[in-house]
Amino acid sequence: MDFDDTREEAAFRAEARQWLGANAETKSGAFETWQSRYSGRDGYDGFERAKAFQHKKAEAGFAALHWPVESGGRALSPIYQVIYSQEESRYLVPRGYFEIGLGMCMPTLFTYGTDAQKRRYAPAALCGDEVWCQLFSEPGAGSDLAGLRTRAQRDGDEWVINGQKIWTSGAHWADWGILVARSDPKTVKHKGLTFFFLSMKSPGIETRRIKQISGASHFNEVYFTDVRIPDSQRLGAVGAGWGVAITTLMNERLASGDLRGPDFEEIFGLARSVSLEDGPAIANAAVRERLADLYVKTQGVRLTRFRTMTALSRGETPGPENSIGKLVNAPKAQEIASFAMDLLDMGGVIMDKDTAPLRAAFQESLLTSPGGRIAAGTDEILRNIIAERVLGLPQDVRVDRDLPFDQLPTGAR
Amino acid sequence: MNFDFSPDQRSLRDQARKFLAEHASSARVRRILEGAAPYDAELWRGMAEMGWMGTAIPETHGGAGFGYLELCVLAEELGRSLAPTPFSSTIYLAAEALLLAGSPAQKKRWLPRIAQGEAIGCFALAEGPQVATPGNITTRADGGRVSGTKIPVMDGDVADFAVVVASETAGGPAGLFLVDLKGLGVARTHVTTVDPTRSHARLVFDSAAAEPLGAPSAGWPLVERLLDRAAVLVAFEQLGGAQAALDMARECALGRFAFGRQIASFQAIKHKLADMYVAVELARSNAYYGAWALSKDAPELPVAAATARVAASEAYYQNAKENIQVHGGMGFTWEFDCHLHYRRAKLTALMLGSARRWKDLLVTRLQAGAA
Repeated sequence: MDFDDTREEAAFRAEARQWLGANAETKSGAFETWQSRYSGRDGYDGFERAKAFQHKKAEAGFAALHWPVESGGRALSPIYQVIYSQEESRYLVPRGYFEIGLGMCMPTLFTYGTDAQKRRYAPAALCGDEVWCQLFSEPGAGSDLAGLRTRAQRDGDEWVINGQKIWTSGAHWADWGILVARSDPKTVKHKGLTFFFLSMKSPGIETRRIKQISGASHFNEVYFTDVRIPDSQRLGAVGAGWGVAITTLMNERLASGDLRGPDFEEIFGLARSVSLEDGPAIANAAVRERLADLYVKTQGVRLTRFRTMTALSRGETPGPENSIGKLVNAPKAQEIASFAMDLLDMGGVIMDKDTAPLRAAFQESLLTSPGGRIAAGTDEILRNIIAERVLGLPQDVRVDRDLPFDQLPTGAR
Repeated sequence: MNFDFSPDQRSLRDQARKFLAEHASSARVRRILEGAAPYDAELWRGMAEMGWMGTAIPETHGGAGFGYLELCVLAEELGRSLAPTPFSSTIYLAAEALLLAGSPAQKKRWLPRIAQGEAIGCFALAEGPQVATPGNITTRADGGRVSGTKIPVMDGDVADFAVVVASETAGGPAGLFLVDLKGLGVARTHVTTVDPTRSHARLVFDSAAAEPLGAPSAGWPLVERLLDRAAVLVAFEQLGGAQAALDMARECALGRFAFGRQIASFQAIKHKLADMYVAVELARSNAYYGAWALSKDAPELPVAAATARVAASEAYYQNAKENIQVHGGMGFTWEFDCHLHYRRAKLTALMLGSARRWKDLLVTRLQAGAA
């Protein structure tokens, strides 16, 4: 049990600190803390700046510390990633565009791709030249992902894809995507799936942006009409796509534990700055009790991640227990947003950036945080994962288990 | 960074778990619950033979001189097993007070006997059903004597000595005093509490001989320092209990059938157990951080201790409460062990001050840190 850096870790920290000092912009306050977590989610200008920074970061060797050396990494233990993130969190650094590619698509490619594919795709993803997206969910297949209907039909050395995906983050700027599709509707649903990667510039792909309740558009619907994928871009065996998808989802849960939007630091700052009917909010007993609860949760998640990193450093693989981070953080984000607005009383409804505290970050979060409880597995699915895969409780009753996919009951749609 | 216990510490945990499974079984705990004795003296002797009391006591004072991480490991196992002994009073509070503030003579007198399991200590702070504050302590210390009433004092009926919080003038600064409970001017009576497996007493001091423990000016900050250190250790006991309650609920849910299915296959039960798991894991992470801060006596200790205490108090109570719910009607019978954890959860949540009070303290400390 030791939080002190080893000699090697201290040297690495100094190196990271020096590089960030010379190449990134320092934060000046709480708002920037929040903004940097979001920065560049919208707007082309932000995208180009993010790519430029990612390029420099990759050249300096900080973009994927734990990746194998031949893929552009340094083959360091995950603890180094924690150290780098700690240092980077003090700077305004663009994030968001590359997380899916680096956090989910590349680890899947490392497990199932050929050496030639790893050499071809990993360095380009690492330096931000090529951005990836993940084509999983469908209108009729969210929590029940294995119920997806997008078809993959073999045609010689190629596959022909027809169907629709939804909730695809960043499909509108992505160069490549990973895709899971149904190759055999005559067998049970988990067994008839096959996994691919494909160019998002392929003929027959149409991307439409979805406007969310916040007004922003991070997600897309993606339509496939006779899109052709060479068989060489299949990952895993024909019909074994579910297992490949699970690899991706495990990495997703590891990557998506971070809270986006105002966190404890911001609500604590707000409570110290606003007044209630009986004086400063921070002096109010009920406010203090909720702040303490939020701090205890925030620290609990942060430190649980340290325990995970320690386990990973020992060579253990990320397991279902990583569902905790998102299961706690996503509802917490919604709670913080609502609590902050309560502290502002009637004025809490104001979304005008020049009037609302933190340039309306809490109000923005009220409208974006419900999505956090759904994306990458709903709260309910995450509880099921913990119950079934960590605690070893029985699976939910599945009435569709032995039925061929094309005989599954469907609601009228 | 390495945020886990070492292989040696994990092997100590396995050894302790094995010993306690045998010597602090449910049947043994229930003997104390039903009033056979205030604590399990045979278990206490066994623990002394294993050297547990001296875990964090330096070798110069007759201890084993391991450290606080090892003590945390033992605390978790003691909490898991519900071991009915005066360990927490003696080790986390009385021995810690001596280590923090004792004179060489005071340490020499008590620490070797504590390490051998020959002396039991207690910590006398509360004065009835109210929050103890520096301003409301009515026990007086004057000219080497203390007078006043302390209730409840955990293990006060079986202890050889007490660390007593008293003030020298009305409303004046409170400090710590060492009182030999075998001396004159000490009256003690057993007090019934929600958890009979941890004995409690009312101590009435009438001009009992008392030595100041630490400089009189150390006062309340010393009390807080002591409580912070104990908070981390008690958090590990609570963690062990919370995990045990989850394990019991899981076993029960897997073994019981209703509507033709294991009740563990119903989402209402699965999600309850998942929430219990989340609570215990967040508490575990916060407790580990507290353990690190305690072992290094780091500047982060006050915030880390309050965080660990709040997380552990709430996780243990949540899991003990929901364990009864999962068991259904059998869960609130005397025969099932669910109530042992339910009692202990509430007791440990209050023994160093309630989570409500610690939350307030946590925010005060965060304010000081962020100022």
